Amino acid sequence: MNYEIVCGIETHIELATRTKIFCSCTTEFGGEPNTHCCPVCTGQPGALPVLNQKVVEYAIKAGLALNCIINTKSHMDRKNYVYPDLPKAYQISQYDEPLCEKGYIELDSGKRIGITRIHIEEDAGKLIHERGYTYIDYNRSGIPLIEIVSEPDISSAEEAREYAEKLQLIMRYIGISDCKMQEGSMRCDVNLSLRKPGDPGLGVRTEIKNINSLSFIQKAVMAEAERQADILDSGGTVVQQTMRYDEATNTVTPMRDKENSEDYRYFPDPDILRFSIDEEKIEEIRKSLPELPFDKLKRYVNVLGLPESTARQISRYRKVAEFFEEALAEGAGVKNAANMIVGTIFATMDTEEEKELFDIRISPAQYAALIKLADEKKINIGVAQATLQKMLESGKSVEEFIKPEDLAGISDEELENLCREAIDANPKAAADVRNGKEKAINAMFGYIMKKTGGKADIRKAEVILRKLIGQ
Amino acid sequence: MRMGITELAVKLRKREISAVELAKAYIDAIEELNPVLNAYVHLTFDTALEAAGQADQLLKEGDAPLLCGIPMALKDNICTDGLPTTCCSKILNGFKPYYDATVWGKLKKQGAVLLGKTNMDEFAMGSTSETSCYGAPRNPRNTNYVTGGSSGGSAAAVCANLAVYSLGSDTGGSIRQPASFCGVVGLKPTYGAVSRYGLIAYGSSLDQIGPLTNSVKDAAIVFDAIKGVDNRDQTSVDFDYGSSLAEYLDRDIKGIRIGVAEEFFDGINPEIKSKIEEAIKLFERNGAVIENIRIPALKLALPVYYIIACAEASSNLGRYDGIRYGYRTPSYTSIDDMIVKTRSEGFGDEVKRRIMLGTYVLSSGYYDAYYKKACLIREEINREFDAVFEKCDVLVAPTAPSTAFPLNCRRTSPVEMYLSDICTVPVNIAGVPAISVPCGMDSNGLPIGMQIIGRRFGEATILQAAHFYEQNAGEVVSAYEGGARI
Repeated sequence: MNYEIVCGIETHIELATRTKIFCSCTTEFGGEPNTHCCPVCTGQPGALPVLNQKVVEYAIKAGLALNCIINTKSHMDRKNYVYPDLPKAYQISQYDEPLCEKGYIELDSGKRIGITRIHIEEDAGKLIHERGYTYIDYNRSGIPLIEIVSEPDISSAEEAREYAEKLQLIMRYIGISDCKMQEGSMRCDVNLSLRKPGDPGLGVRTEIKNINSLSFIQKAVMAEAERQADILDSGGTVVQQTMRYDEATNTVTPMRDKENSEDYRYFPDPDILRFSIDEEKIEEIRKSLPELPFDKLKRYVNVLGLPESTARQISRYRKVAEFFEEALAEGAGVKNAANMIVGTIFATMDTEEEKELFDIRISPAQYAALIKLADEKKINIGVAQATLQKMLESGKSVEEFIKPEDLAGISDEELENLCREAIDANPKAAADVRNGKEKAINAMFGYIMKKTGGKADIRKAEVILRKLIGQ
Repeated sequence: MRMGITELAVKLRKREISAVELAKAYIDAIEELNPVLNAYVHLTFDTALEAAGQADQLLKEGDAPLLCGIPMALKDNICTDGLPTTCCSKILNGFKPYYDATVWGKLKKQGAVLLGKTNMDEFAMGSTSETSCYGAPRNPRNTNYVTGGSSGGSAAAVCANLAVYSLGSDTGGSIRQPASFCGVVGLKPTYGAVSRYGLIAYGSSLDQIGPLTNSVKDAAIVFDAIKGVDNRDQTSVDFDYGSSLAEYLDRDIKGIRIGVAEEFFDGINPEIKSKIEEAIKLFERNGAVIENIRIPALKLALPVYYIIACAEASSNLGRYDGIRYGYRTPSYTSIDDMIVKTRSEGFGDEVKRRIMLGTYVLSSGYYDAYYKKACLIREEINREFDAVFEKCDVLVAPTAPSTAFPLNCRRTSPVEMYLSDICTVPVNIAGVPAISVPCGMDSNGLPIGMQIIGRRFGEATILQAAHFYEQNAGEVVSAYEGGARI
């Protein structure tokens, strides 16, 4: 039996603000346990939260980049539940008035995956199970998060992966999170149900919690869809429950979870006043957003004429795209500038992270100077690549490696002048050549090579000499 | 007449008495009377004498702030760095915060001398201070009677001259009602006037810290010292009161419009009613304009209060799980078992009752019928107060429907106890300021309190009206004999 996948993804993203959401503790990753803490983020009696305005700003950035409506009035709610990593026994979150609503992400196919809402909230601490004890590290407690909830518009494992990948790319691009799934700064929960094609209703869904890589999202969706299909095929019913994806076995299994039907008793947090965001502020944030990767991709292909694969590789990383565009502004030609980034610079980088950081030792101007030599064919591509490598290693400019006299490109005009000189200096040889003594031309070659230190294009010189001699 | 803060400050500056001597006089009095009154639950004499020594140094250098060297007390729900802060609950047994409440930080900076932490209803939930895990404080006027609550220890300490002034907290009347029962002055400031940072929360949208004192002038002085916006409390407000409120108490009350709402007098003890009416006549004789007004939504204030306060409390008190601080059950089999046992053993009955009530009104299926409806009625009460303050400058009402009751008599009937908050809770719901001043004694010799309510940030006006009354009514409550001898 064939089924249609109906899938939505909830994504938690840690925001890269300098300080936590309700106190001034650092958000730095790592650090000895319980050293990035204060009375506020450990829920000490009497401590009060103060909302970090940067968090609101970052969430609005995310909302705008995902085509959302920004609610100008919003407030924080308390989500009450008991767990040792949650020091106040409530999480400050947003329930019925999220900051952003009704956006979308466009997939390559042109299909849009709706974004239901984006809200801000605080992260909880971390439990560490060791030597038969459970320890609690509250460094993560109070790290700002946004939760991005998609509509159940995703209908395949590939789409699920693409959605998450695009989301990650956009969030990195606008600089609000590093979205490292392994470190937990981006975490995905996948909701999935099956239905018969054309059936307007929805099947019973399950939720797969905390998937920590893009490829696992794809695999988990496939595994869960298969699991549910098997149940339905054998006449069973899917149980609504929380699942865990096991990477090692590529299986989805139910989590032991007694909080499934928990009542969170949301209510507005009385410690944080309702807040409003003025339209001007939203416009200011909108203007500060960079061109997004997919817009860049389209422009690189349609306007700059780059092949899609090259355009995709460059537009994928904000810093690479910026470097590329600055080099173009410095006069570098599109094709060489793009190819040498993808071919030569990327070859020195092993990881996605390095490309993301794009921490290289030369400036776009230095890069453009080299590319221009290649564009003007003063050096061939092989020389250009070798020189670029030396530049990347040393941080030095192209002039350090290629002297003006090294340039193969002695201009046609210069060469013609040299040829005239050579004829004038060797009148006898010139006459011999005119009289059919082929070998006599060597005397003039010798003269030119001596003058240019052997760099002249001798075949070109021969053509010119013969023309001048009138042969 | 007992010396006020200003007179003591003069004495200290004239070196007629040192801050250390003053502190010792209070320490002696506490050692003598506290075993009976149980006003203090944590004594901080060592740090008090140390602070007094430093205050003497500051006084010697000149330019010391007004409150420098003045011995005082804090309610046990106000955080004090390194000193016990337990909300008189077993669940916070042994808890010493590593931070100061903003109010205490401000007073400490002025050179205040903290004698100790005062008794209160557990987590400020109660109207008699009898829910304290340390046992009830006794009313100094008659030790068979309650102090009122929840800031009962703070009121008793000031009444018996075991502190020059104290701070309490008021969520539904917890400063004003014990002030009324003990015959002292109690000010509940406008919500947002005083930072709540470091006040252990009960009902966050209602809680406010304020002073309990022997005179209106002292209340103004202490309010001056603790008020102000705080960047650690988002609900605090940057309101410009002009200069010191204490300096402008002597303004004439001629032309002041005093509202009297009959809803405040429903079911009030006739003795109290007649004392308040006498006070109103005194105002009228001196040129005040009396306006009879109606606040129909007032009768809904009590249920609204208990729904909102308990809802917030149920969430605020979730953090007491035995993991990070305070009491932890000695034996348990799992983390869940530990949390359940810790809370079952650590909280008293009244706290449990309010947590359950609050949990219930927030539960899905009941939220709209209780919590949401209460919030809507709260808005209506606010609108009615706003309308009243278009016509009036202040409202005059009783502080409590009765005078202090005998110990142990109300513990069995929570609803009856809740009813004793009927005159005070509307003020917290509306977030407006109110002061309770003594206005007479009943036939048992127990004090009666009059409540003067103002518009938001109208502290100056209610303090002026209260001060005028205090200066012109004569000795309405007899002076307490005993306490510190200076």
